[in-house]
Amino acid sequence: MTNEALRRRYARRHVAARCGLYAAAVLSALVCALPFLWSLVSAFKQNRDLYDPESNPFAFNEPATPDHVTFLFADTPFPTFVLNTLLVGGAVVLLTLALALPAAYSLARLNRPWGTPMGIAIFLVYLVPPSLLFLSLTRVVVALGLEDSLWSMIVVYPTITVPVSVWLLIGFLKAVPTDIEEQAMVDGHSRLGAFVRAVLPLVFPGLVAVVVFSFTLTASEFVYALAFVSSSPEMVVSTGVPTQLIRGDVFFWQSLQAATVVTAVPIAFLFNLFLDRFVTGFTMGAVKT
Amino acid sequence: MSARRAGLADRDGFLAWVMLLPSVIYILALVGVPFLLAVAFAFSDVTTGDPSYDFVGFGNFTAVFDDGVFWRSLWNTLLFTGCSMVLIVVFGKILANLLIADFHGKWLVRFLILLPWTTPVALSTISWLWFLDSIYSPVDWTLRHLGLIDQNVVWLGDPNTAMLSVILVQTWRLTPLAAVIVMAGLVAIPRDIDEAARIDGAGFWRRMFEVTIPLSLPVIAVAALFGAIMTFTDMTVSYVLTRGGPTHATDVLASWAYFRGIEGGDVGQGAAIALFLFPILLAGVVAILRAVRRLEAR
Repeated sequence: MTNEALRRRYARRHVAARCGLYAAAVLSALVCALPFLWSLVSAFKQNRDLYDPESNPFAFNEPATPDHVTFLFADTPFPTFVLNTLLVGGAVVLLTLALALPAAYSLARLNRPWGTPMGIAIFLVYLVPPSLLFLSLTRVVVALGLEDSLWSMIVVYPTITVPVSVWLLIGFLKAVPTDIEEQAMVDGHSRLGAFVRAVLPLVFPGLVAVVVFSFTLTASEFVYALAFVSSSPEMVVSTGVPTQLIRGDVFFWQSLQAATVVTAVPIAFLFNLFLDRFVTGFTMGAVKT
Repeated sequence: MSARRAGLADRDGFLAWVMLLPSVIYILALVGVPFLLAVAFAFSDVTTGDPSYDFVGFGNFTAVFDDGVFWRSLWNTLLFTGCSMVLIVVFGKILANLLIADFHGKWLVRFLILLPWTTPVALSTISWLWFLDSIYSPVDWTLRHLGLIDQNVVWLGDPNTAMLSVILVQTWRLTPLAAVIVMAGLVAIPRDIDEAARIDGAGFWRRMFEVTIPLSLPVIAVAALFGAIMTFTDMTVSYVLTRGGPTHATDVLASWAYFRGIEGGDVGQGAAIALFLFPILLAGVVAILRAVRRLEAR
């Protein structure tokens, strides 16, 4: 076989591989996102279009209308749910950082013999599921007088976010060379001062990643929110939308779909920005230094 | 020599404890104590109406065992977990390969692929509720127009298709997580191993099955166990999609514990049911630990 023929064969194979790759990419993206794309279409549909079994569910058979989206924001408690989610998320993120950052530094840097096993033990707490604890935590929440209040979620959610955050932060902290602290300590800072002045600025990108991750976990949580809060003004998006936007058997379908898209897109967008950093954090946490 | 006195802020041993302690105390108070409380409730007659504690021994467990629904939900949990886990791992591996490949528009594809996992599960499941509606289902519309079915499949009304729907929705929602975990493992495989195999003339499938998969097996195991644990303890999909119905066909342990313990108000029985999650969960955690250790040993 001549060189030219070989070259052409490889080129052909290369083109085939690229086509396969793009086909696979488009197909997977469609399978994953189809319900959302469809939600986007139906959120703007008129009733007689949506409630006709024969009309094409993926296209507008009647002119599109913004009425149901306006209804969602003007006449339902959805804006309250969004505000509550942001409040709970913000407070949980702050609590999480306050608890997890010192803990991660202690486990990653202060060279105690129990550092690694303790780190793994804390991470395993993440696997203890809400469905095992919600009954007794509901009693605890009632005993603390926090039922039907945003505080119930603010107090309990860090049980989910702290373990993951500690693990991620250990990863990010290990990536900072120890010389940096030593230099700062030679310059006259205490150990704590070196951590705050020299290390924290370097792990700032990691901190942002942890903030996004904790917020995502908080916004998605369902079981605790359902068990702790049953009054509408104190609900968050994940429980409010499925329980309050349905009156008896009447579903406000278009508004529900709009609520799903409005919530899904910003969270996925933020998450995607930080995906590579999460992956680094998770793998670094398992690396020994 | 530095003239500055070494203060408490310099003593590593002291600092290590002080910095760690708040997290440990917090976790003990809100995970450890509630867990013990859950065990205590399982042996009590506590209800939401009468929260006073009376020890009833194994009374709750006998009551739970006598109830056919418990056994049904236990079987459903195992079926739900087993099927979802296999599907999650297979699709997760495929998606992971896609996530590490280079192509135009990768950002958008990644964004769309991650949507099912980052969206609050209760909301995405609501979308599915309409997708599988008995009259207006777009899935049925498509199948009807392709000429594959004459009449709508009532997905959530029949015990078998209801279970199938719950499994598929769970798979759809957790696959991106598995993909991200496997992707982390694939990134860690040194590229020169793959290059060497390529130079030796191994094709795509051969490299996939004889190089990539064996090397990323521990991380695939981690992804599988994460999927299994999250499915095993999940009640959201079946709660939103079917409320455990039709007639308990999709009730899982977690949802049954919720219906008994919160909606039925029988905290004792609910706790006894939820407690059954624990031994299997523990086995899963031990398996994860062993997989991680193998990962570290590499």
